[in-house]
Amino acid sequence: MLAAQVLVNAAVLGCLYACIAIGFSLVWGVLNVINLIHGSLIVLGAYLAWGLYQWIGVLPWYVLVVAAPLFFAIGYLLQRLLLNKVITAPVLVTLTLTFGLDLILNNAMIYFFKADYRKLTLVPSLGSISLGGVVVPVDRVIATAFALVLTGLLYLLLRRSRVGRAVVAVRLDHDAAVLMGVDVKSIYAIAFGLGAALAGCAGVLMALIFPISPLTSSAYLGKAFVVCVLGGLGSVSGALVGGLALALVEGVGAVVVGPSYATTLSFLLLIVFLIVRPQGLLGRKGFE
Amino acid sequence: MPEILSLAGVSRHFSGLQALRDVSLGIAGGEIVGLIGPNGAGKTTLVNTVCGVTPASAGTVTFAGRDITRLKPYQAARLGLARTFQIVQPFAEFSALDNVATAALFSQPGQSLKAARENAREHLAFVGLDGQADQPASTLTLAMRKRLELAKALAMKPKLLFLDEVNAGLNSAEVEKATALIRQLAAGGITIVMIEHLMKVVLNVCTRIVVLHNGELIADGAPRDVVRNPAVIDAYLGQQYAQRHGAHG
Amino acid sequence: MTRSSIALAVLLAVLALLPLVGGAYALRLGTIACMYAVFALSWNIVGGFLGYPSFATAAFFGFGAYATGVLMTLGVPLPLALVATLITCLLAASVLGAVLLRLRGHYFAIASLSLVEVLREVVNNATDLTGGGMGLNIPLASNSSVLGDALFFFYAMWIVLALTAAMVIAVSASKLGFGLACIRQNETAANMVGLNTTLYKSIAFGLSACFVGVAGGIYAAWVHYIDPSDVFDILYSVKPIVMALIGGLGSPLGVVCGALVYLGLEEVVWRNYIQIHSGLLGLLVVLLLLFLPHGLVSLRTRLFRRKAGHA
Ligand SMILES: Nc1ncnc2c1ncn2[C@@H]1O[C@H](COP(=O)(O)OP(=O)(O)OP(=O)(O)O)[C@@H](O)[C@H]1O
Ligand SMILES: [Mg+2]
Repeated sequence: MLAAQVLVNAAVLGCLYACIAIGFSLVWGVLNVINLIHGSLIVLGAYLAWGLYQWIGVLPWYVLVVAAPLFFAIGYLLQRLLLNKVITAPVLVTLTLTFGLDLILNNAMIYFFKADYRKLTLVPSLGSISLGGVVVPVDRVIATAFALVLTGLLYLLLRRSRVGRAVVAVRLDHDAAVLMGVDVKSIYAIAFGLGAALAGCAGVLMALIFPISPLTSSAYLGKAFVVCVLGGLGSVSGALVGGLALALVEGVGAVVVGPSYATTLSFLLLIVFLIVRPQGLLGRKGFE
Repeated sequence: MPEILSLAGVSRHFSGLQALRDVSLGIAGGEIVGLIGPNGAGKTTLVNTVCGVTPASAGTVTFAGRDITRLKPYQAARLGLARTFQIVQPFAEFSALDNVATAALFSQPGQSLKAARENAREHLAFVGLDGQADQPASTLTLAMRKRLELAKALAMKPKLLFLDEVNAGLNSAEVEKATALIRQLAAGGITIVMIEHLMKVVLNVCTRIVVLHNGELIADGAPRDVVRNPAVIDAYLGQQYAQRHGAHG
Repeated sequence: MTRSSIALAVLLAVLALLPLVGGAYALRLGTIACMYAVFALSWNIVGGFLGYPSFATAAFFGFGAYATGVLMTLGVPLPLALVATLITCLLAASVLGAVLLRLRGHYFAIASLSLVEVLREVVNNATDLTGGGMGLNIPLASNSSVLGDALFFFYAMWIVLALTAAMVIAVSASKLGFGLACIRQNETAANMVGLNTTLYKSIAFGLSACFVGVAGGIYAAWVHYIDPSDVFDILYSVKPIVMALIGGLGSPLGVVCGALVYLGLEEVVWRNYIQIHSGLLGLLVVLLLLFLPHGLVSLRTRLFRRKAGHA
């Protein structure tokens, strides 16, 4: 029974992790930039959901409609105005720049919202479903469903739309894409915008489940990174596999060594993986 | 001359792709071996496998009587195995002199930086780069960088030297110069294995030709015999050589 | 010794005269200045010489603080505890470096970043030894007056700085320094000319850790109380990078000047806008990277060039 519960929890959490990671993975894959502001954008999305529910009672899943374009715009502008200036610089520079941006956003959130943990509590509560002794809260199920929908939408966008194909082309072969006449600069901005939109939407969904505080941003960022490493960089399916793998390891690890060693455990997993299998579980390139 | 390098049943694959397939090969001291084959045949992989960059998946490599299959690149280098890179790999910020000095410094134990620099000067002069000694490597032309690679390899005092397409991208005058240098090296007692697409150079310089195709050794012998070998003409020479020479021969 | 090494030595000598002119506040600032300079110089070995983007400074610092702190609570006198910290830090980081520095670019950066999180978690969980999240009270190292104490810790930190600077100057003039520069420029080629890159990287990581660890130990003894979120603060990892960016990557003199400039900025900001301290640090980072990517040094050359252009 415990095993079944651990598995179900891992499946639910895994989809959410994939949703957290997918925007991060997209940006990393396409721009070759580690976007350290990703975690704070997720938290900002969570605050948006929390605020709108608290003030005017909008249910979080409707907030997605607002969050997506809003965060897309934020990301697009960040890339166009700031990141683009150093995009060809060494890793240290892009990394430190996004770190600086993260410090600013995170500090702003602490300033305006305080560091306290808040909880978005739906009234009335949605209760939980219980199937053969395995219990899952309904809000988690909803969040998971939307996480899968978002992931699926990104997949379709990248596969079917012109812009999406261009993004994939830049990801796979930057130089060839340039030769084919793709405007790489705007593709970068679009990819970064998409990454931010996904972060914001993921945050909205997280608000349903986890307490909200600026202090949680680094945890989200860490998860995103580990998922990318486990699943391999830059593919939708990779993010799903990586998310599920991480959730499973955490779930089993919590039972075996206790939850207080979660970070250490995922770090060890990360190092072993990076050294033994740097291409990730799926080990494929591209967004298919 | 006894064998200085021997490969026994060496294979190497890259997740599914078999880049080297059961290659066995012995090279005697003093030989100038031409290693030829079409693009993607596994020539560079062979060098990488001997030098420890991509260790063999199976088989053994013996160098000067020692099993070097599992050695790291730096260990192989210290034993007297030097190579130039197909895509030149200079230390871009260093001057040409310091580029060569690194090789002298790290390949031989107990060298001081000062001694290494002095040493480097000679090798730079040998390849004709003494005029550029203080220029950063990033400012050199391609031909100069290729010669810099050569000087770097020489500074390691190698017993065996792999030259990976040192002539690619050079004009004919530069090729002449490079060829003369290679001859001089061989005369100085260094065993040479050169990967080369220019058949003219291969036929001019080499005492023996080895042909790789799809990771397999398909021919090995005196230049005259190898260029008449039908398998070789089929796999490689066919495209560029046969039309020019073969039609009449 | 090169000119810039001599300039660095002079700068340190001048810093040592601080107690002649300043009181307790100046000494406190001076102690932090020395500590920051140790961070910056140490980071520069891996970040500047070797060219690996390291975010591990906070891990070394916290490790050193706890190593010294725990030893002192067990009754070991401060100097002995610091020596033990130095050796442990050097060895542990060398071993770790051999593993972590197999990763490159982003992967190494994040691995070094996670090192901080991991150590924090471990210290948090090892409640028996470290007091966990409750923090650790550290016995007084001396029982002299407030000013005497300030003087003691200032010179302690200054000595660590002097040692770090001597180490860095020695490294940059040595075969080791030459090898690190090779690895930074082209690791494949470095390997191929007979350089044992793993060994060099591992030594570099160890050297960049040991004095930061000792500085952490002195810090712990100085403030008498540490807790995991204080000493394993990721900002300690970012600050040396900012200092190096201010001073220009790679040059020891530059990064020390960067540390001093940074401390000046921080002091002004800290005192006036404590609530938005990290946000302003972020803003500083962004502005630096966008407008002065080669540090203040580049400002000078740019001004000179402009002048030359006019003439
Ligand atoms: N590190 C590697 N990882 C994956 N595949 C590799 C690697 N190195 C070589 N290959 C593959 O192995 C095959 C042989 O490559 P190799 O570079 O040895 O060919 P080559 O004979 O040197 O060709 P060329 O004449 O173009 O230099 C190629 O298909 C190449 O893509
Ligand atoms: Mg090749």
